[in-house]
Amino acid sequence: MLTAILSLAGLAIVFGLILGFAAVRFRVESDPIVDKIDALLPQTQCGQCTFPGCRPYAEAITKGEADINQCPPGGDNTILALADLLGVDPKPLNPENGEVKEEKTVVIIDENICIGCTLCIQACPVDAILGAAKQMHTVIEEECTGCNLCIPPCPVECIYIVPVKKTIQSWKWPDPDNTQVENGVAG
Amino acid sequence: MLKTIQQLWQFRGGLHLEEHKDESTLLPISSIPLPKKLVLPLQQHLGQTAEAIVSKGDKVLKGQKIAEASGYVSVPLHAPTSGTVIDIDNYPIAHPSSMKSMCIVIESDGRDQWIEKHPVSNYESMTPEQLREHIFEAGIVGMGGAGFPSFIKLNPGEEKKVKTLILNGAECEPYITCDDMLMREQADNIITGARIMLRALQAEHCLIGIENNKPEAIAAIQKAASAFSDIEVVSVPTLYPTGGEKQLIKVLTGLEVPNQSFPSDIGIVCHNVATANAIYRAFILGEPSISRVLTVAGNNIETARNLEVLIGTPFSDVINVCGGLINKNASLVMGGPMMGFQIHSEQAPVIKTCNCILARDDNTSHEHHMPCIRCGQCAEVCPVNLLPQQLYWYAHARDFDKIQDYKLFDCIECGCCDYVCPSDIPLVQYYRFAKTEIWVQEQEKQKSDIARQRHEFRNSRLERDKRERAERHKKKLASSDKSDDKDKKQKVIQDALDRVKAKRDAQQANQNNDQ
Repeated sequence: MLTAILSLAGLAIVFGLILGFAAVRFRVESDPIVDKIDALLPQTQCGQCTFPGCRPYAEAITKGEADINQCPPGGDNTILALADLLGVDPKPLNPENGEVKEEKTVVIIDENICIGCTLCIQACPVDAILGAAKQMHTVIEEECTGCNLCIPPCPVECIYIVPVKKTIQSWKWPDPDNTQVENGVAG
Repeated sequence: MLKTIQQLWQFRGGLHLEEHKDESTLLPISSIPLPKKLVLPLQQHLGQTAEAIVSKGDKVLKGQKIAEASGYVSVPLHAPTSGTVIDIDNYPIAHPSSMKSMCIVIESDGRDQWIEKHPVSNYESMTPEQLREHIFEAGIVGMGGAGFPSFIKLNPGEEKKVKTLILNGAECEPYITCDDMLMREQADNIITGARIMLRALQAEHCLIGIENNKPEAIAAIQKAASAFSDIEVVSVPTLYPTGGEKQLIKVLTGLEVPNQSFPSDIGIVCHNVATANAIYRAFILGEPSISRVLTVAGNNIETARNLEVLIGTPFSDVINVCGGLINKNASLVMGGPMMGFQIHSEQAPVIKTCNCILARDDNTSHEHHMPCIRCGQCAEVCPVNLLPQQLYWYAHARDFDKIQDYKLFDCIECGCCDYVCPSDIPLVQYYRFAKTEIWVQEQEKQKSDIARQRHEFRNSRLERDKRERAERHKKKLASSDKSDDKDKKQKVIQDALDRVKAKRDAQQANQNNDQ
């Protein structure tokens, strides 16, 4: 009887030590599921999901405070990927958060009108606007995520939304399913 | 040297197609009148776009370098004739998107005057590095179709020993006969090119694979190669797609190139016979890659034939030389009927990889394709051992992870599955769609990673600023005595008030004076 209790207690202590050591040694800094969700989000940082950026939204999904259908820039692809990752059923985009954009856009500043107030620079989540006080501002189009957060603060309405330039590098063969529907012809 | 290779192997699948090769082999290769205007896309091949080094209004000579390579997978571009650069702008090019791309436009002066040529005949005394440098400078890319810069393929790296050079003269696709005619007419040049490549690779021997439906080409090449014991000419059975790099390697050596590897990983390098000819010209004649032989064929062309055409010649000029189109609305295809793609503008120029212009009635459209009946014929003919049906389902369902598990990127888009499909499903269209979709998604992923980094950096910067401001504030508070501070402030305010008062008084005095 005593040997049994002692040996079990001994085992418990040994495994406890191993687990305790492992918990310290192989500690994972942040919750990896947040990283995984964050990796699937489009990183537009537009805040349309009602959270201040993509990572806060990922954290909210992890805590169960937000649903997976609140990201308009990601659209259906992101919702499907999130549903796949989290093992839940996909659902249509919540219209309260906005509409899916037909094509990718960036913004440009009309440099003749800009008064150099720096308000848009402060609003840009990815530092894609270059300029200084009373100096002309310009958008680094390569870095712009198309979040449009710079438009409301502009006092002179000199920021416009333009579609991203299409290049041969980013050209896609048409989806045969779609061409069939649209033109009655595929290929 | 004339030898019969001991054994040939066979790849799985493949098709026997109607050849349609006799129509275009009746006439010898001929050149065409000098076009008035040449349009040279800066993107001639896979890899990075070249950078223009001439500007509008510049006079150029034939063979003069007009664009410099940028990046490793890139080669220079040369002026195909002498004349004036009249524009550098976006023009229609031969691309399935029918989008415009950056081109240098040269108006020919009609003199066709060469820049000073530097032929090199003593290539035997040059090192492999020097040979590759010369091939790079001549702007030579693979002329069989994909257009990978040749100097890279001739540079397997220190650790890889290349034993075998394979020259691809299979030309398996219907209608195309430009390699056939080139081998018949310029066999000696091709063999010289092969000798240069052998030296650049330090390879032991060269196999030249030619399909047995080209007896004249085999005879000509055998005659030219008879002086060399390390060059073997092999007649291979006619079966589409033997001309695929990996398929030809399998037929000639029995070796299979592993997934995600290059032929050089198994000691083999494969080049097209037309590339060998371009290399011959670069060394012996000192001419860069500014022209190529191409086939014009199809039932909508008056006279099918092979032509030596300057790079940059508009398709319409080439077609006119062949008597024009019978049906003006015929669809134009660049490349063969199996792997080519439709061109929407007759003004699109010939590029280095354009081996065929095909004008024929479009009878291959999959206008009313029917559902897949899972007959499995596509899997039987696939030369890469893929499961085309599964790939189709996953492309249809847009499941791009799964489709990569089924090795979509090993698909060579040969079109065999498409050809045999009883439901007329445009299978290759689905694969091309899936491939480009995956590429674009990858590009977007990279972009979003950059956006994440920039956002995180901005957040940390804002936090740092806030912290620093708070610290400065704290320091200020700590350094100055409170009561002292108050007095100082009071004094400053008082001073300011005094100044304003003095100013006002002065103004009033002025006004009074004025009155």
